[in-house]
Amino acid sequence: MTNIVEFRNVRKSYGQVEVLKDVSLSVPKGSVVALIGRSGSGKSTALRCVNGLETIQGGELHVCGRRLHEPGTDLRSLRKDVGIVFQSYNLFPHKTVEENITLSPRLTKGLSKAQAKEVAQLVLAQVGLSEKANAYPEQLSGGQQQRVAIARSLAMEPELMLFDEVTSALDPELTGEVLKTIEALARQGMSMILVTHEMSFAKRVANQIVFMHHGVVWETGDGSMFDDPKTPELRNFVGNGL
Amino acid sequence: MRYDFDFSFLADFWPELARGAGETVLLSSAAILSGFVVGTALAVARVHGKRTMSALAAGYVEIIRNTPLVVQAFWLFFGLAALGLHVPAFQAAIITLVINVSAYTAEIIRAGMESIPKGQHEAADCLALSRTQVLFHVELPQAIERVYPALISQFILMMLASSIMSQISVEELTGAAYGIQSITFRGFEIYIVVAVIYLLLSVLMRLAMEMVARAAFTRRRRLGTPL
Amino acid sequence: MNTSLSLAHYLLILQGAGWTIILSLMGFVGGTIVGLPIALGRISKSALLRRSLAAYIALIQGIPLPILMFLCYFGISVMGFNLPALVAAGLAMTAYASAYLAEIWRGSLQSVPNAQWEAAECLALTRFQRMTHVILPQAVKISIPPTIGFLVQIVKNTSYAVVIGFAELTYTARLINNSTFKPFIVFSIAAALYFALCYPLSHYARRLERKLKRA
Repeated sequence: MTNIVEFRNVRKSYGQVEVLKDVSLSVPKGSVVALIGRSGSGKSTALRCVNGLETIQGGELHVCGRRLHEPGTDLRSLRKDVGIVFQSYNLFPHKTVEENITLSPRLTKGLSKAQAKEVAQLVLAQVGLSEKANAYPEQLSGGQQQRVAIARSLAMEPELMLFDEVTSALDPELTGEVLKTIEALARQGMSMILVTHEMSFAKRVANQIVFMHHGVVWETGDGSMFDDPKTPELRNFVGNGL
Repeated sequence: MRYDFDFSFLADFWPELARGAGETVLLSSAAILSGFVVGTALAVARVHGKRTMSALAAGYVEIIRNTPLVVQAFWLFFGLAALGLHVPAFQAAIITLVINVSAYTAEIIRAGMESIPKGQHEAADCLALSRTQVLFHVELPQAIERVYPALISQFILMMLASSIMSQISVEELTGAAYGIQSITFRGFEIYIVVAVIYLLLSVLMRLAMEMVARAAFTRRRRLGTPL
Repeated sequence: MNTSLSLAHYLLILQGAGWTIILSLMGFVGGTIVGLPIALGRISKSALLRRSLAAYIALIQGIPLPILMFLCYFGISVMGFNLPALVAAGLAMTAYASAYLAEIWRGSLQSVPNAQWEAAECLALTRFQRMTHVILPQAVKISIPPTIGFLVQIVKNTSYAVVIGFAELTYTARLINNSTFKPFIVFSIAAALYFALCYPLSHYARRLERKLKRA
C-alpha cells in the first residue's frame, strides 16, 4: 500500500519561531487521517504544507509522488491533484455556485462549458445541493456554502482532499450536514487529511488520529486512543474536551 | 441690482453650444475608457509588480495626483509645441486627461484590490489557477465592483475638469461659451446656460455609467446587495 | 544650469506661488465658514432644509470650477461692482470648498456611532449639549484626514483661476512661458512648487488616517 503523503522529520519556522519541529507521519492511499491538537500545535501548518501553501525548511515531504522539499515543485500541477477546503469557505462572491465550481476545470483543464456544467451537476448532487446551482454564495447558509466549497474542490477530481477546520466557523446545527458529506466521501475511498476539533467524528471516520503538540507528532492511534491516552498531554486535551 | 437678463443669443448660437457639448462628451468618453485601462494596469503594477515597477507606478501616481491638471496640460501642450511637434489640441487634451485620470483610477482600484480578503487569493491559488487567471477572474472583478461608485464620481469629476482644455484651444463646451461671450458680451447669461448644460451632462453620464455597471455586475443586478 | 530664466522670472513665479497660497487659504477659511453650517443643516430635522442644502451641494459639485469662476467674475460686475479678479476667485473657491467640506463633515457627523447619540440622550443632555460635548469632538477627529486631503484639492484647483486672469502660480507660469518659450522648465518649476505644497499634506492626511484606523 503506497503512501499518498509522507512527512519525514519535517521542520518549519516563521522567522525565529519554529512551528514544526520534527514531524513524521504517513497517509496511506485511500485512508483518512485526522490531525488534532491545541491551537499553536502546528496541525494547520502541517496541513498547509501538503499543498504548498507553506514551505518547509527541513526534512522530506512527499505528496502524490512529488518531492515538495526540493525547489522547483510545480504547485499548479500539484493543486490539480490535491484539493483543500478552508474554514472560511472562500467562495467567490461575485460568481454563482455553478460558476464557482466550473471556473477552474474550464480554465486549467480545458473543459468546455457543457462538460464543466456536467461535472458541476455531478459534484453538486454528491454534496446534496443540486437545486442551488444558480444561487449566489450570500444566499446560502454557512453549511451550504461549505458544501459548495467541497464540491468546488471535488470538481477538480483530486487524489487527496485536505480539510482545514471546516466546521469551526459554523453554527452547531449546520456542522452535521458538512460532516455527513465528508463521511460519504471517506466511504467512497477518498484519501483525506482533516484538521478538526470534532473528536467523535474523528473517532468514527478516521483510520488514523494524529495528536500534535508543540510542533511534533505527540501520539498517534485510532479512535481507541481517546479512551486510553498514553501521554499526559493527550489526557489533558481529551479531558478538557469532555 | 438692475440687470436685464437677455438669453436671446441662444437662438443664434445654440449650434455652437451643441457642438461644444458634443466635443466635451467625446473628449471625456475617450479619456475615461483609456484612462480606466491604463489606471487598472497601474494598480496591478502597484499591487503585484516587483519592487522597482511598483515604486515607479507609485511615483507616477503621486506626481500626477499632487500637481494640477492645468499645469499638466500646459506642460504637455506648450512643451510639444516647443519641440516642434504639431500635435492637435484635441489629441494633446486626450493624452493629458488619460495621464491624469489613470493616476486617480489607479489609486481607487488599488484600494479595491487591497480590500479583498486574503482567503480569496488562497482559494484561487489552490484551485490551480495561474496568476493571470486569478487576476482577471477573481481579483479585478471583485475590486472593480467594490469601488465602482468611487470610479463613477472620479470620471464625472474628470468630465467637468475637461472644461479647462479650452485654455489650450480645444473647442469643447467652455471654449464655445468663451467664444460666444466675446461676441455677444452676455457673459453672465452664457455661463449660466453652460453651467446648466454641464449639470445635465453630469446627470446623464452618471446614468450611463450606472447602466453599464448594472449590465456588468450580474450578481448585483440580481441580488441588489453590495459586495 | 542655464535655464535662461532671469531672477525677475523666478521672483514672479514665487509671487504667483504666494497668491496661490493666499487664494487657497481664502477658499479654505471661506469654505469652512459657509460649509460648517451647511453640514449641520444637512442633519437637521427639517426635510426642507436638508433637501435645499443638498440641492446647493449637487449644484456646486455638478459644474466645473472654471465655470464657477466665470459666473462669479461676471456676476460681480453685473451687480455693479468693479473688483479685482482675486475677489471673484475667492468667492468661487469659497462656494466650491463649502459644498465639498459640508459633505465631508456631514459624513463625519454621521459616522459617529449611533450608540454615542443614544448614550448622550440618556444622559438627559439637550440637543445642543449633545452636539458640543459628545458628538462634535468625535466627528472632528474623524473629519481631519479627509479635510486635509481636500485642502490638497483646494491648492491644486486654485489653478483654475487662470481663466479669469488671476495672477496665481499657473497663470504666472504661462505668462513667463509666453515671453521665454521654455515650457518644460517653467511648467516643471510650477509643478514642483505645487508638489511641494501638496505632497506633504497628502502624506500627512494618509498617516493620520492610518492612525485613526488603528485606534
